[in-house]
Amino acid sequence: MKNLLILGAGTSGTMMANHLINKLPKEEWKITIVDQYKTHYYQPGFLFLPFDIYTTKQVKKDGKKFIPKGVDYIQKRIEFILSDKNTVTFEDATSLTYDILIVATGTKIAPSETEGMDGPMWHKNIFDFYTYEGAKALRNKLREWQGGKLVIHITEMPIKCPVAPLEFAFLADSFFRNKGMRDKVDITFVTPLDGAFTKPKATKALHYLLEEKGIKEVTDFNIERVDYENNKIIDYADTEVKYDLLVTVPTNMGDALIERSGLGDDLNYIPTNKTTLQTIDNENIFAIGDCTNLPASKAGSVAHFEAEILTENILRYIDGKELKEEFDGHANCFIETGNGKALLIDFNYTQEPVEGTFPFPGVGPLSLLKESRTNHMGKMAFRWIYWNMLIKGVHIPFVSATMSKKGKKLDS
Amino acid sequence: MEKTYLQSILQITEEGYLTDFTQWTKEIAQEIAKEQEIEMTDKHWEVIDYIHDKYKKEEPLSIRGIKKSGVINIKEFYQLFPGGPLKKATLIAGIPKPKSCI
Repeated sequence: MKNLLILGAGTSGTMMANHLINKLPKEEWKITIVDQYKTHYYQPGFLFLPFDIYTTKQVKKDGKKFIPKGVDYIQKRIEFILSDKNTVTFEDATSLTYDILIVATGTKIAPSETEGMDGPMWHKNIFDFYTYEGAKALRNKLREWQGGKLVIHITEMPIKCPVAPLEFAFLADSFFRNKGMRDKVDITFVTPLDGAFTKPKATKALHYLLEEKGIKEVTDFNIERVDYENNKIIDYADTEVKYDLLVTVPTNMGDALIERSGLGDDLNYIPTNKTTLQTIDNENIFAIGDCTNLPASKAGSVAHFEAEILTENILRYIDGKELKEEFDGHANCFIETGNGKALLIDFNYTQEPVEGTFPFPGVGPLSLLKESRTNHMGKMAFRWIYWNMLIKGVHIPFVSATMSKKGKKLDS
Repeated sequence: MEKTYLQSILQITEEGYLTDFTQWTKEIAQEIAKEQEIEMTDKHWEVIDYIHDKYKKEEPLSIRGIKKSGVINIKEFYQLFPGGPLKKATLIAGIPKPKSCI
């Protein structure tokens, strides 16, 4: 009997368990998945939780429900991946050996990387919304906040779901408008990049959103520290931005397990072949989702497309065949713009987001890089798709793992 | 867009970034730096080498990376490339500026 071991039962790990259980012969392969936590969170919902659009119940479920029968589910904290011994050790000193390892341990926020960020004001007037705890604490704050200077801030790239901070700014504008207190709130978007939008086509098509909603931009801001006593963030060029309420996206890092095991780069991301998803250092270790160093977006849709390709490559690896160099960085993301509208972007490693229709050329029903109510309905429907199709490894009709150019307005 | 540096026609973005890294030379970098009112020193070139290395490995550039690079500290980095050091250093290095997905 051979062992295939999956580390992490989040979006990627759960999808891989569901894909592989039907593909690997049961008499030859035993599949085991490990995760120390019981709860599976619908992470895209963390954007909506602070604004009371989603309830806490809508963003979490018991993770066990999504692990298919026939897969061993172990709930233990992982101590080390010993890649030279093909072994994973656990906190209780037990261990498992593997023939194939799939790492899907994701990415986490690391607010302690910035001086003053997770000090005494953490979750008092400095919040993240990338964790369940952070999003919920921020919801409670926003319910009673009387207004002032709201600063939405990105510490450094790369981050999970790079558009989420912008969506947060748009939804905040709507939220305070609906509450009849928009005039009491000043919204500023602070980024280390040179704009809230950084790609030419998106900047051209979407910059009006910031102007229309009265959101100010502070760009090229590389934070040095948070002065939580005087409520300001300070960058290396000594630029200061004052806040009453700071909503920050802290530095994102891979799990500490990757660092302990000596498998990561300086942000604990695993160097991974960007087309095959095999790790660079170990041919029997594969990585998927947010834990890799791929130059793709860290997003559920990316993990979904990766899962289809990785499943095939695992089967090829077992058969001793050459791996398919197929993954193209495909991402497909809805972007909430407030007032019941959303955008959709579809892009890959080399193709920037452009206008067009999706998934059917000329028909849609979704429009690319353009606000519409249908897109918003798509985003809302996505929660159902996530729980009922995506993490169960069901193929989403008409959406291929690699990006299609059909329906996109391309220059040449 | 196109721009001529030292008699060679280069493809650039609207913001002046080279779109084809193979067209980059040290001499062209010197010209771009001049336009930014930056006088290139050995220290500048060391930073450019580091940035090229990251670019070839497809690793993201960040201020943290610069801090850990051992090449330079952040204060010096700001002094060498005043006003948006990552933006300017990548412009001179002939690679795309750091960006997000939109």
